[in-house]
Amino acid sequence: MTRTSGRTRPMTMALGLAVAAVIAAGCSSGGSTSASGGSTASSSQSGAAQNGGGAVAGQTVPTANLPVLQKVGKGEGQLNLIAWEGYLQPQWVKPFEQQTGCQVNAKYAGSSDEMVALMKNGGGGQYDMVSSSGDADLRILYAGDAHPVNINLIPAWKDFFPAFQSPAFNTINGVHYGVSLQWGPNVLMYNTKDFPAAPTSWSVIYNPKYKGQVTVPDNPIQIADAALYLKTHQPSLGITDPYELTQPQFQAAVNLLAQQRPLIEKYWDLASQEIFDFKNGNAIVGAGWPYQVSTLKAAHFPIGTTIPSEGATGWADTWMLAAKAPHPNCAYKWMQYISTPQVQAEQAVNYGETPDNKLACGYMDKIQAGSCEEYHANAPQSYFDTISLWKTPIATCDNGQSDCVPYAQWVAAWNTQIK
Amino acid sequence: MLLYLAALVVLLITAFWQINPFTTNIERVWSLDNLKTIFTSPAYLRIIGRTVGMAAAVTVVDAVVAFPFAYFMARIASPRARTALFVAILLPLWASYLAKVYSWLLIFTHGGLLDWGLGKIGAGQVHLIYTNWAVFIVFCYLWLPFMVIPVYAALERIPASQIEASQDLGARTWRTTRSVLLPLALPGIVAGSIFTFSLTLGDYITPLLVGGTSAIFIGNVIYSNIGIANNVPFAAAMALVPIAIMAIYLLGARALGAFEAV
Repeated sequence: MTRTSGRTRPMTMALGLAVAAVIAAGCSSGGSTSASGGSTASSSQSGAAQNGGGAVAGQTVPTANLPVLQKVGKGEGQLNLIAWEGYLQPQWVKPFEQQTGCQVNAKYAGSSDEMVALMKNGGGGQYDMVSSSGDADLRILYAGDAHPVNINLIPAWKDFFPAFQSPAFNTINGVHYGVSLQWGPNVLMYNTKDFPAAPTSWSVIYNPKYKGQVTVPDNPIQIADAALYLKTHQPSLGITDPYELTQPQFQAAVNLLAQQRPLIEKYWDLASQEIFDFKNGNAIVGAGWPYQVSTLKAAHFPIGTTIPSEGATGWADTWMLAAKAPHPNCAYKWMQYISTPQVQAEQAVNYGETPDNKLACGYMDKIQAGSCEEYHANAPQSYFDTISLWKTPIATCDNGQSDCVPYAQWVAAWNTQIK
Repeated sequence: MLLYLAALVVLLITAFWQINPFTTNIERVWSLDNLKTIFTSPAYLRIIGRTVGMAAAVTVVDAVVAFPFAYFMARIASPRARTALFVAILLPLWASYLAKVYSWLLIFTHGGLLDWGLGKIGAGQVHLIYTNWAVFIVFCYLWLPFMVIPVYAALERIPASQIEASQDLGARTWRTTRSVLLPLALPGIVAGSIFTFSLTLGDYITPLLVGGTSAIFIGNVIYSNIGIANNVPFAAAMALVPIAIMAIYLLGARALGAFEAV
């Protein structure tokens, strides 16, 4: 084709267009993370080391013997925090800055895996703390990215519910690597128009009757939800802990989710997606967080929420100290401040989760009447026992056997056998 | 330019490293494991096949839609109508990509514009939301301008005398189109197809937003491995796949003369 009589040249013209569009797409995709509210289910879709499962990086925490701070000194004036969006609201960050002179710089993360990534190399000498969840904590710990914490310097810690004082996800061999923050359940959500009475079992999300109307998080940790369901409904499997599954138990949970897949119209990645799908009738029942429930309720949508008889999985967050935290004094001041009942109550009501400090209940009701009851901040131990808190599945089970399925295989199964 | 190439080289090298599955630290040990995982796992092969199939389907449909449209613009429309059509084709490019995809979400959703409209004319409902059909339609819509413009440019350059000659020799419309217009416009179509094909090959946002449970494409695997699972080596290995596909595609396009027109 050597004709040159034309006025416009296809490639040149189209190339200009393409460049413009790629730039536009790049800009808008970058913006999508923040525009979506930042509430991302920590979906992972990797072929993450399908080859090297079981290679847990030793069973000792590399930083265990680092000296802890003995006395909180003068603040360094700065504090760099990695947090879930909504965890650093001005209502409680501003007073902290005024009291301590520590200027809080926030970096919001969208997923547990992103938090692990940001904490690489001890926070890189840049970040001081991270508000990570139980499914990320052990990975941060065993990578040597967290610093031991002198818990005696945090007075309000004594008022924590015992379950959150030294939980296995942030305290190893009696050494603390941070201070627990808040927790909450992954609840069953349903449209009250379709379900006049609350479902009593998670079986609704595995029921072919609701084909195309179920939604669950796009997250490998969802395998634990299936395991929790099987714990009750297939006792012969002998599941005791949904995060510690032997190969046959794991496969049973994966098979259950593979059967569930045709019922799912959309695995949600962003909290805003689940809210959209309930609002538009794309889903009538599914698993979600109290955050979505309160957002839908605020929009006067007929949403119901319950913790079915099998119990539920849940998250528990910890403010972990980075191994190379550049502002340790401000970090301790932050741990002291965020643990006090008033601040705990404020964050709990604002975000819709349950405080770890048992004195927070009274303050919650002052902020919003009935909120202590609503978020179960005064619930008895029996309620807490129905929740299986997220933790990183590792090859070594609690009983010392090393036949449990590690997280890398959870990720691989989620991508290749379920989705 | 050097920076750009350096980044690409680093990407290529990273593809041959690994991560520690527990701590997700990168371990700089050379191996082909990532590529082996991709090419031995039926799941990943299915994703690659799905992506290429989608890109090809979008390209074909865009070409079929764009050709008569571009022909009308280039040879039939009055100058005023041509300007109007140009604006119509180019204006959507000024709108945010995300705004366009979200508008389609509202069209496809249950009880959305599409189902509502079909219901009005008594055609039932299709429930396209969260299907690969939805992804396909949105892709066709998004990349159509990239096909129309080069095809228009190619058609516009065909001298009227050649068409007249064809007709003088007794060829009817179809024969003229097939034997004169199409061969002369082919470089334009191929040039446009490079864009529709490569843009579809790399996109992950449209599947994420309007796609359903099976809307996992190469771009989605790369995105989730980098942004979420933090397995950069595997993502890099996955990124080699579209690079290789496009290299083959461009060689084919060159053979068809797409670059000689420049």
